[in-house]
Amino acid sequence: MNQRQDFISIQNVSKHFGAVRAVDALTCHIAQGEFFSLLGPSGCGKTTLLRMLAGFESPTAGELFIDGQPMSAVPPHQRPTNMVFQNYAIFPHLDVRDNIAYGLRRRRLSRRETDAEVEKMLELIKLPGYGARRADQLSGGQRQRVALARALVRQPKVLLLDEPLGALDKKLREEMQIELRQLQRAVGITFVFVTHDQEEALTMSDRILVMSKGRALQVDNSTLLYEAPNCREVADFIGTMNFFDSTVASVNGNQVELDAGPAGRLKVGSGGRTLAPGMTVTLAIRPEKLQIVRQKPGEGTNCIQGTIGAEAYLGDRSHYYIEVPGLPRRIAVALQNAARSLDNSTSTGQPVWLTWEPGAAVLLTA
Amino acid sequence: MSGALDSASSPQLAQPGLGERVRAFLLRSEATRGYLLLSPTLLVMFGMMIVPLAGLIALSFWRQHYFEIEHTFTLESYWTIIAPATSLPNLLDEPFGLFANPIYLKLLGKSLWMAFTATLAVVLLAYPMAYFLAFRVVRYKMAWLILITLPFWTSYLLRVFAWKIILGFNGVINSGLTGLGLIKEPLEFLLYNPTAVTITLAHAWAPWAILPIYVSLEKIDRSFLEAATDLGDGPFHRFLRVTLPLSLPGTIAASLLVFIPTVGDYVTPSLVGGTSGIMIGNVIQSLFGKANNQPLGAAMSLVMMLVITALVLLFLWVVGYRRMRRREA
Amino acid sequence: MGRGRFNLLFYYGIAYLVFLYAPVLLLPMFSFNDSIYVAFPFKGFTFKWYEQMAASAGLTSAFWNSVKVGTGVAVVSTIFGLLGAKAVTRYRLPWSGPVTGMIMLPLVIPGIVVGVALLSIIRKVFDLELSLLTISAGHVLVCTPFAMMVLMSRLEGFDKSLEEASLDLGENGWRTFWRVTFPLALPGIVASLLLCFTTSFDEFILAFFLAGNEVTLPIYIWGQLRFPNRLPATLALGSCILLGSFVIVTFSEWLRRRGAKSALPAGL
Repeated sequence: MNQRQDFISIQNVSKHFGAVRAVDALTCHIAQGEFFSLLGPSGCGKTTLLRMLAGFESPTAGELFIDGQPMSAVPPHQRPTNMVFQNYAIFPHLDVRDNIAYGLRRRRLSRRETDAEVEKMLELIKLPGYGARRADQLSGGQRQRVALARALVRQPKVLLLDEPLGALDKKLREEMQIELRQLQRAVGITFVFVTHDQEEALTMSDRILVMSKGRALQVDNSTLLYEAPNCREVADFIGTMNFFDSTVASVNGNQVELDAGPAGRLKVGSGGRTLAPGMTVTLAIRPEKLQIVRQKPGEGTNCIQGTIGAEAYLGDRSHYYIEVPGLPRRIAVALQNAARSLDNSTSTGQPVWLTWEPGAAVLLTA
Repeated sequence: MSGALDSASSPQLAQPGLGERVRAFLLRSEATRGYLLLSPTLLVMFGMMIVPLAGLIALSFWRQHYFEIEHTFTLESYWTIIAPATSLPNLLDEPFGLFANPIYLKLLGKSLWMAFTATLAVVLLAYPMAYFLAFRVVRYKMAWLILITLPFWTSYLLRVFAWKIILGFNGVINSGLTGLGLIKEPLEFLLYNPTAVTITLAHAWAPWAILPIYVSLEKIDRSFLEAATDLGDGPFHRFLRVTLPLSLPGTIAASLLVFIPTVGDYVTPSLVGGTSGIMIGNVIQSLFGKANNQPLGAAMSLVMMLVITALVLLFLWVVGYRRMRRREA
Repeated sequence: MGRGRFNLLFYYGIAYLVFLYAPVLLLPMFSFNDSIYVAFPFKGFTFKWYEQMAASAGLTSAFWNSVKVGTGVAVVSTIFGLLGAKAVTRYRLPWSGPVTGMIMLPLVIPGIVVGVALLSIIRKVFDLELSLLTISAGHVLVCTPFAMMVLMSRLEGFDKSLEEASLDLGENGWRTFWRVTFPLALPGIVASLLLCFTTSFDEFILAFFLAGNEVTLPIYIWGQLRFPNRLPATLALGSCILLGSFVIVTFSEWLRRRGAKSALPAGL
């Protein structure tokens, strides 16, 4: 399959609203047939970027290409994209059938042909026979599917989705996440999906662009984003992370020793970076990668000494918050309760040692 | 094609034609598209308002000789208005005697005062009504609002005239009271004086006052009042400390909406004001009509507008408008 | 929020309504009174004032003039208001605040100043004859801000993404307007037409300054008020106008409420 890696090509695009830089010199490429998510906190520019792809905003600088064609002179109604809006934008004065058929008018199909297309779509979104209903007779989830059908019936090259699941309750949202993913694989269209919910992005996407303040932080698949974040902001945004501010003490080939202040001296891989003693870096470890032991582990193994500050018992797992004198925040540790029983449970105030597998920690220079 | 993309292999573009470039520019510039859409409206409003106002300003600096306007620059008209008196004034007889032609500024002052009292009357009467609508009426709010605005879809002239009927010598009040035997002679003080003008104006501008105040009160989040109750305020203090301040924007809007046009009204004074109820509007109208001194009329209109603007700004400053806007923003 | 205060305010509300309606209801009351003098007691019931009113040629021609002017003004002002409202609510315009303020200016300038300014421009600069057209032009000036206000509030209340969705689905700007914006804004458009018509129909000050040989109804009424014996016929006229306005306003409200329900974003 000849899949273009730069099916959607965003080249150095900026969008300024007066003094505010909603999108700041962003470059990114999206492959054909990908489920691609734009992820970031509110105000990071992801919706603005999506709207620039749709044509509702024009870039202040930079260029957008879809399937090799520049989009700067193409108004929104002529673009090969279709959008599912955050509040669905179902036309209140038309019924479901006319909503879905809305974009087909230009193709001048006969009434029979239009009806056939609409029926196909209704089957696809699992709402057969709903053609005569009006918007205010549909539930939130149903409206969302009608919005989807309305966009897909035009067979766009790219489907843009602006936080479409935000207004749904948790259970429905999880169901829709799976359905959307399956739908995307079935129709093979490139999806560009905007969300602020990192779990949602991680579940559904082939690749994710993490954005902050209009800039691109990292583009990678879920695993790489989680295991190998390239900066503190990404590491902090995705999942929970423990951070240790440190300075480089010594460099030994591709191993560095860090002075992590109250946390002691820790060793970590340099990850191919050039480091020098005295540099400020951050050591980051996920809570589930830490182990709690009663005795100090042997020489050569990284360890931190502390006391159990607080504990949260969640049934199948427990979260521990370890206090280390001198560290501003407690260290979060997440352990499965497999090895735990009423006999060997821990208690607050207990002195413990934290340790981890070599390679489980991440070194961040930004 | 795989992996990184370098600029050398970016899609080849044919040199865009002029049409393409214009379209691209229009697409990029939201402001241009918007202003193009707005242009007919803008041009019309500009041409029919800014230009005439400029013309009025020019006119005020010219001189009228019978029916001809001499286009020579002169401050004559303005001087007529503010020129000081040549002889010592008797300030007890004529408070405006400091001026050579006291009538203009005197009438302006009188009009401002009448507009002020009328505005006060309208707003004070309208506020409880708006409060009633916002807080006490649960069903049929729309019906009440329609009922309130309905009378004002009749002719303004006829409404003013209706008050003439009511207050007149042989009018409704007098004939009713005489008929009931409460008075022997008809009351003469009801009509043809400034009070009649104030009453009529208080009636005429009612919906203009009620609606902004109502909207302002309606918008107040009820949970503020609940919080105030929770913190120990009784109904009176709740009103004073929460409701009143929050309804201030609407009340101010209502006041301005009524005050500004009323200063220049000449219809009401003509019909119910009599000779003592005459206002500056009547003078301006006659200057453009029988008295035939258009530059003076223009100058007087502009002086009136300037004074109104100054008073409005003063009022807004006193009420701490800017402080309020900052708090709202 | 005590019960005692409830009753007080309620009575105030009723009293206020009486205050508002009493003068207005006098008109129909005395238009059927068989007497030239508008005073108690009633002399008898008669339709003759209505007959006199209908037979008066000056009145019918003034009435039709007002209708002509009102219709033209309503349509033109609504178009200008619609363009303005769409531009201001759908596009990010620099200086939109001052520009909108300028368009709203006629609302806060005393009518007499507007009339006088327009008069001097029309006579001195353009040297045009005063006529129904000049009256219409003046009315468009004061009605456009109203039209724009009504339409702005209508367009703001309706979901902007509906128009974007239409564009996204392949319709260009013009077709989007006809297929989506116009049907949903229709109640606002009708409200604007009615508001502008009524404002123009009732407007006296500008019309007085800008009228030529043909007069509008308010100018005619003003002339009639000088003649006491024509008074009851004028009252008959006023009553008819009152009834007509009642019908128009109720109809417009009914339309507005129908429209409001269908344009709310679904679920909100």
